Amino acid sequence: MNAAQPNLVMLRKLLIVAIAMFAFGYAMIPFYKKICEVTGINNLLQPDTLAEERPQIDTSRLLTAELDANTRGLPWQFKPLQSSVQMHPGELVEVMYEIKNNSNREITGQAIPSYAPQLVSQYLKKLECFCFSKQTLKPYEARQMPVQFLIESGFPADIKTISISYTFFELPGSGTALTDASGKTGKN
Amino acid sequence: MASITHPGHEHEHEHHGPPSGIMRWLTTTNHKDIGTLYLWFSFIMFLTGGVMALTIRSELFQPGLQVVDPEFFNQLTTLHGLVMVFGAIMPAFVGFANWQIPMMIGAPDMAFARMNNWSFWLLPPAALLLITSFFVPGGAAAGGWTLYPPLSTQMGMGMDMTIFAVHILGASSIMGSINIVTTILNMRAPGMTLMKMPLFVWTWLITAYLLLAVMPVLAGAVTMLLTDRQFGTNFFNAAGGGDPVMFQHIFWFFGHPEVYIMILPAFGIVSQIIPTFARKPLFGYSSMVYATASIAILSFIVWAHHMFTVGMPVTAQLFFMYATMLIAVPTGVKVFNWTATMWRGSMTFEAPMLFAIGFIFLFTIGGFSGIVLAVVPVDIQLQETYYVIAHFHYVLVSGSLFALFGGTYYWLPKWTGYMYDETLAKTHFWLSMIFFNVTFFVQHFLGLAGMPRRVPDYALQFADFNMISSIGAFGFGFSQLLFLYVIIKCVRGGAKATDQVWEGADTLEWTLPSPAPYHTFETPPQVSFDEYHVQNVQNVHNK
Repeated sequence: MNAAQPNLVMLRKLLIVAIAMFAFGYAMIPFYKKICEVTGINNLLQPDTLAEERPQIDTSRLLTAELDANTRGLPWQFKPLQSSVQMHPGELVEVMYEIKNNSNREITGQAIPSYAPQLVSQYLKKLECFCFSKQTLKPYEARQMPVQFLIESGFPADIKTISISYTFFELPGSGTALTDASGKTGKN
Repeated sequence: MASITHPGHEHEHEHHGPPSGIMRWLTTTNHKDIGTLYLWFSFIMFLTGGVMALTIRSELFQPGLQVVDPEFFNQLTTLHGLVMVFGAIMPAFVGFANWQIPMMIGAPDMAFARMNNWSFWLLPPAALLLITSFFVPGGAAAGGWTLYPPLSTQMGMGMDMTIFAVHILGASSIMGSINIVTTILNMRAPGMTLMKMPLFVWTWLITAYLLLAVMPVLAGAVTMLLTDRQFGTNFFNAAGGGDPVMFQHIFWFFGHPEVYIMILPAFGIVSQIIPTFARKPLFGYSSMVYATASIAILSFIVWAHHMFTVGMPVTAQLFFMYATMLIAVPTGVKVFNWTATMWRGSMTFEAPMLFAIGFIFLFTIGGFSGIVLAVVPVDIQLQETYYVIAHFHYVLVSGSLFALFGGTYYWLPKWTGYMYDETLAKTHFWLSMIFFNVTFFVQHFLGLAGMPRRVPDYALQFADFNMISSIGAFGFGFSQLLFLYVIIKCVRGGAKATDQVWEGADTLEWTLPSPAPYHTFETPPQVSFDEYHVQNVQNVHNK
């Protein structure tokens, strides 16, 4: 029918709009990641670079960093070798963590950091961390790993204690087809 | 639904009348039938969501846990939001669009009548998925209607059912909006130029474009949730390199235009009612059109004001704060235009006008609390408190819902052929008005005092205001049964409505007989406008 023709043309155009917007939803992901990368937000898994060669150390005050370690959905033991560390703002410190695979299969895990209070992330600079790469443990293998970090001297003086927490999540061996370990075990 | 047939059809002289009984409603392609289906569906969902709200309010009547478990409470708040947004408010406006748009632009039906049938009949299965998810192991989705991960990637199958329901509802909305855009752009009667269209048609045209732009984005977001849950992707899983905050960005990119999807058609209804009962043409018609378009465009660049506390740079916070405040300008234009339309008008205060004036009054309060929330430092304080609950119920209940009530009373005589009971309708208005404010006004104080939302229990100092709010909620809920009674009474009979129904009504649908015949404008009318924009219609075949 001729009268229906313009309507069908319009239908096709509007359908294309809908499909394009569905694709746009997915396109927001690389866009979002790029923005985070450019603006330096959410930079948890990359080493930081220091602005100056020798950062200024503020010896007038001491900070306590409580160290915390968790595993989520994988049979590992994970703990810091010391439960807390004291430092001056601007002072580079190194702490050690230990992971041990308690199962008879090879497992690859990835650690995700978390800081409290939230504004610590702006001042915490990590030069080395086991969270920058995947960790693969053979059956019953144990490993000690360092974290090198400093809290910049501009850190607000009213905060005396901070928490640095890591959680290990399981990655399947291939490292590409990742499953959501938290989703499968988190139901209870 | 089938039991309440539309009076006036059975004895019409149609050459191809509808089949009788349930098959009429299952197979109908008539825009009026489909509009009726949408409206009854949304009313049933409104009562369903209302029962959930009253269960929530009875738990919050006193501090402590008395009525429901905290887990079930969370399911109730989540499903109350989803059911009211996707099941009640949105389908109700689509119902109005189906009934009114063809009659207001002089078209015989919607552009794609069979797709129209599909758009409606996708809704009941989606609603069923949502409601039955209460009865599966783990219960319904309980992470809030916004479905934020990581909660939504962890729950039981109730969440999967919710995701599928959202997919289906999205498909229905997209088909509906394609239909509405095509009908408005291609099927207007001769002489009905775009800038002569009734404002209700304009607001729906813009709303339909908004729906087309953002419903697919929501579909994408919940698809990502689904694949994260079931197929091992890591869009929102930090351990796999994803980011849960990204969901909030995608969701609110949909979510903010969505709130205008729920209010723009309400603006349209109010813009029809006020000139009718003020007996003056709408003040500033073209500024109304441009204001609507500006609101729609701005709605795409303000989404992050829903998430000021996720940790974004100050420049981003400032941008979203100023952009949000900018929306108050076109919205203010609308409020002033409605007020100016009433200025020195010969006003009468029938139920539709009461609801329209109530709308302006209360929606403006909701708009102002929105500006308060747009201010970043204030929002950081009020985020996730009852102040936010009070804000969006002022714009959604006394905004969208009051406009729907007003629109129903306004067009009910045209739909049924009978006048509704004016005294009961006015009673419905005053009960709704009073109990609405009793329910929600005190929630501003609760929020300012720091009561968080989505909690089944609360500290003792919040007890008095919560008790007041719960009493108001039950009053408001039971007042809606009066609305149902007025409608059924009107459908069954009453004083005969004239064709024009309201003295000041001048859009095309009022040139048709009451009740509107099953088929209207099969021959397009010739519309012309004189220098005062008063419409003249010739050649109306009331078929």
